[in-house]
Amino acid sequence: MALLSVENVSKRFGGIQALEDITLAVEAGEIYGLIGPNGAGKTTLFNCMTGLYTVSSGAIRLDGAALQALKPHQIVKLGFARTFQNIRLFANMSALENVMVGRHARTHAKVLGAVFRGRKTRAEEADTQERAQTLLNRVGLASKGQVLACHLAYGDQRRLEIARALASEPRLLALDEPVAGMNPSERLQMGELMRELRADGLTLLLIEHDVKLVMGLCDRVAVLDYGRKIAEGQSEAVRNDPAVIAAYLGSEA
Amino acid sequence: MPEALRQRPRLAFAGLAVLLAVLPFLVGLGLGNAWVRVLDFVLLYMLLAIGLNIVVGYAGLLDLGYIAFYALGAYLYAWLASPHFGLHLPFWVVLPLGAMLAGLFGVLLGAPTLRLRGDYLAIVTLGFGEIIRIFMNNLNAPFNLTNGPQGMNRIDPVSVAGLSLGKPLHVAGLTLPPTTLYYYLFLAFVLLAIFVAMRLQDSRIGRAWAALREDEIAAAAMGIDTRNVKLLAFAMGASFGGLAGGLFAAFQGFISPESFTLWESILVLCMIVLGGMGNIPGVLLGAALLTLIPEALRYLGDLQRATLGHVVVDPSDLRMLLFGVALVMMMLFRPAGLLPSRLRRREFAAQDGVAEQEQASLYDAHA
Repeated sequence: MALLSVENVSKRFGGIQALEDITLAVEAGEIYGLIGPNGAGKTTLFNCMTGLYTVSSGAIRLDGAALQALKPHQIVKLGFARTFQNIRLFANMSALENVMVGRHARTHAKVLGAVFRGRKTRAEEADTQERAQTLLNRVGLASKGQVLACHLAYGDQRRLEIARALASEPRLLALDEPVAGMNPSERLQMGELMRELRADGLTLLLIEHDVKLVMGLCDRVAVLDYGRKIAEGQSEAVRNDPAVIAAYLGSEA
Repeated sequence: MPEALRQRPRLAFAGLAVLLAVLPFLVGLGLGNAWVRVLDFVLLYMLLAIGLNIVVGYAGLLDLGYIAFYALGAYLYAWLASPHFGLHLPFWVVLPLGAMLAGLFGVLLGAPTLRLRGDYLAIVTLGFGEIIRIFMNNLNAPFNLTNGPQGMNRIDPVSVAGLSLGKPLHVAGLTLPPTTLYYYLFLAFVLLAIFVAMRLQDSRIGRAWAALREDEIAAAAMGIDTRNVKLLAFAMGASFGGLAGGLFAAFQGFISPESFTLWESILVLCMIVLGGMGNIPGVLLGAALLTLIPEALRYLGDLQRATLGHVVVDPSDLRMLLFGVALVMMMLFRPAGLLPSRLRRREFAAQDGVAEQEQASLYDAHA
């Protein structure tokens, strides 16, 4: 069974049909790319999957569990984390604190625990901090834990978003344009990081405009255009699909 | 703090403890008992400011009706410990009940306003504060619950182990007036509140509040149940207000709706804004300054009488004027407050951040 399955999902905003009858399935352990021209509905689909929007019709399942009626924090708890296209870090918190917030879904301290700070709470806090630091090391921000998120360089902010998402121990990680605005060497690093994550057993879902990166990285891709899926399959096959070429370059007719 | 004390925190701590312990005696001897009473109000406002700081400073929810929770705590105390209903429950029963009732109302206020932010939330909370006051003002008929605008009097003072704080205490040749006795009670509650608020700030819950304040959508996407976390902030803040209200009722022995006007809500908000939102020492400083300065300005009336023969400018008018000037000056010169929190200081220093980031991206471009 697919890890994530999207079944006949539609999303309307008033008169605008943002998504129309989208069906796709992401298998465990693959890197799945979602591409398409601007305004095709890629981010809308992400928002539907992660509970920020409710779908107008259709179903979304993670490992069999229906997501479409759940709130964002419940979806995170099931093991589905995401990053944002327009970086949404907690700007005035340090990098380390940002990642520690990402642990929220996997930690339990309540008000009484926070006030009395018993052994269990102290152990949990120490564990949270340690794991957060490990994740910072992992994405190459080892020395920047105390730097404010808003003071980090752009590429570092993108990496921090990934570390923060990883802190919730996801099975499936959805990345919305993770290399947007990065220079070529940063792009290579990011591609390398994604491969490592996959090697560790994580499934990745990726929105990306950089076709070269997508083709080099993704096992399979789906192409959206005007809210519809116009192609899906192995990267090579999709690249040569006339419908895809038409969507990106315009058709001759 | 001088450098010598900074290096010896234990000494500084002991010094502070001694100072706090003898403060009412020093003030009583130097300035008279009326100023010990002012000191008591400083502590009450500190309690309120610490509570409101949880809602506004930590979680970023602008609450303009905070005084309603103070009112609820005060009225509950009056209902359960005065001749009004003939109930005389001990304070250690009534105060927690007051805090719980206020916390419950915090949730009741929070629930319908979950989708509101900023200005809109402020307007609803402002309305809530007024609703509570107007209810208290009018609930003397058909059933006399609050005694209306006349207020409720003869409220029981706090009594600890048979010792009433409402009467002077003679001990070892010293006479401790009620104001001094209440000083110690309020001090204990303020210290407790500081402890609780600081522990909350530096915890999983505190981080969730900060995240909520920074970016609600990202917070939800990081697994934070924004609804529960918001309601928790409202409830925690409100329960501090309810506790302060109960103490106020016991201390005064008399409460009326007049004590719980919008002005009071705004005053408490000004305390945390002036002192430094989100930072406990700043909040305490703000509460102290905004309680002490207006009292000190009363002397300007006497000063005018002594020098000019009559009062030219009413000190209470002057108070408002200076208050306004102080707030404007602060917005210009210390927008993050007198003792800002780490978080706020960074926020208001955002320009530096932008410059740094520019530099960093330039560096990347060359690399």
